[in-house]
Amino acid sequence: MDKLSDTLGRFGGVYLLPVALGAVAFVLIGAPSSWVTLTVAGLAMGMMLFLMASGLSLVFGLMDVMNFGHSAFVSFGAFVAASVLAGLSSWLGSDSVVLASAALMLALLAAIAFGLAVGLFFETVIIRPVYQDHLRQILITMGALIVSEQIILAVWGGTPITVLRPGFLEGAWIIGDVSIEVYRLFAFALGAYVFAGLMILLNRTRIGLLIRAGVENREMVEALGFKINRLFIGVFMLGSALAALGGAMWAGYETLITPALGGEMMIVVFIVVIIGGLGSIEGTLLGAIIVGLTANYVGYLTPKLALASNMILMMAILMWRPSGLKPAVK
Amino acid sequence: MTLLSVRKMKTNIGQYAVLHDVSFDVPEGGVFVLLGRNGAGKTTTLRSIMGLWQPSPGSVQFKGQDIAGMATADISRLGIAFVPENMGIFGGLTVEENLVLATAKGKFDQARLRRIYELFPALEQFWSKQAWSLSGGQKQMLSVARAIIEPRALILIDEPTKGLAPSIVAAMGEAFREIAQSATILLVEQNFNFARNLGRDMAVIEDGRVVHSGTMADFSADTDLQGQLLGLSA
Repeated sequence: MDKLSDTLGRFGGVYLLPVALGAVAFVLIGAPSSWVTLTVAGLAMGMMLFLMASGLSLVFGLMDVMNFGHSAFVSFGAFVAASVLAGLSSWLGSDSVVLASAALMLALLAAIAFGLAVGLFFETVIIRPVYQDHLRQILITMGALIVSEQIILAVWGGTPITVLRPGFLEGAWIIGDVSIEVYRLFAFALGAYVFAGLMILLNRTRIGLLIRAGVENREMVEALGFKINRLFIGVFMLGSALAALGGAMWAGYETLITPALGGEMMIVVFIVVIIGGLGSIEGTLLGAIIVGLTANYVGYLTPKLALASNMILMMAILMWRPSGLKPAVK
Repeated sequence: MTLLSVRKMKTNIGQYAVLHDVSFDVPEGGVFVLLGRNGAGKTTTLRSIMGLWQPSPGSVQFKGQDIAGMATADISRLGIAFVPENMGIFGGLTVEENLVLATAKGKFDQARLRRIYELFPALEQFWSKQAWSLSGGQKQMLSVARAIIEPRALILIDEPTKGLAPSIVAAMGEAFREIAQSATILLVEQNFNFARNLGRDMAVIEDGRVVHSGTMADFSADTDLQGQLLGLSA
């Protein structure tokens, strides 16, 4: 394992893993057009998973909180965005790209705003009383996830909801034999923008410096004169808003959502965070891309193994790197 | 004039009583040394003063203000810096980022920065390096530099020489002498030879209680007392 790590390190380290994964898949799939389609789908899925998981990773790393209710934010984001889009269906149906874009923007902003509000409630009412107590955190946040699902069931009902999409995001670009869905490109671009924004926030601002320092050593941040609790609230709200945005994007990707969405996504989101390494945004992106690519490649090559593939991937990576691919320095 | 006055401080960690009755006065200026054997309660005393473990009951007066029970961040803002035993540096941050985080407004006072470069030239050399890549001595220098990048009245330093090479220990001693000209240092140290060359006043903690306090000159001269309290042989 050490030799493998050293060799990888010389050629770009863990960042080469998605490239290696793509190369292996290229050989196994055989058809270049299918490979390109699957790769774009995998990258888009990875970016949406990144949106959902990045906040969880920061909360895990900074606050040492195991929030199993995180995927409730994903669900709320999906349903709030679906409702806004349904309410603005006339804008979506119009020929005006401006109106359709405005409807999409409003839906995403509503999901983010709802995520911020629910995140504030979660942190102050549910999480704060159980800091430093992992067992109670698991129990209470699992409970919160179940309650959230029931709230969604009560408000939106149990029937699957169809999610409308703006016309300009429908369809696919056909280049030769390759078909690339426009929505997937949009999801990839949005995820890339959010990643760039987070990197700027973390590496170019004082707040980001504090978050990075807090992930490593909360106590020392306090000893330097900073109120860590305020930082906790801010990071928690940011994480829940990103999860809600990810949920909204996922809703548009799936186009049919049910109240069980949060529970279904929870395991995948945790796999992404664990593979990437706790507290690291770069690690979360890496984990999300690898999970997205693996799910698409394995789903094509051996559909029966699709569900197990990410679990196998996580076990393999944890055997190689117990702290994940790119954990924050502790 | 007394800068810090600790009275009847008791601290429990979980269900264990670690400090039973800690009382001492730190005069303004110079180095005050807290001595004691392993597990006597020296680190707990510093952490309790800093608010990282809450003392109760008892009082901790800093410049006449009771700071017992205050949040750590508020205690820090009163002008108390802390250099923990494990150095507490942020390994994923660069040397510059570690220091800028300790500034009040995110900007360096250039005069203080120059002084830090003079005290610890290695920090200027490794300015853009991530702190995890520094040697043990350099990490300790960074930890101390972080405590003095802003003007502080009191600096709590916990076992700064532990595991360091003799040449680094000597350099650290010189740095502390220089720092003590403009701030008061409360130093916890097991290396008695290092401590006696620096300290003006001292106290000895044993089993969570202060069992002796006085001047370092008197304590250094009394080898019997050293043997009795610290287990040092003449």
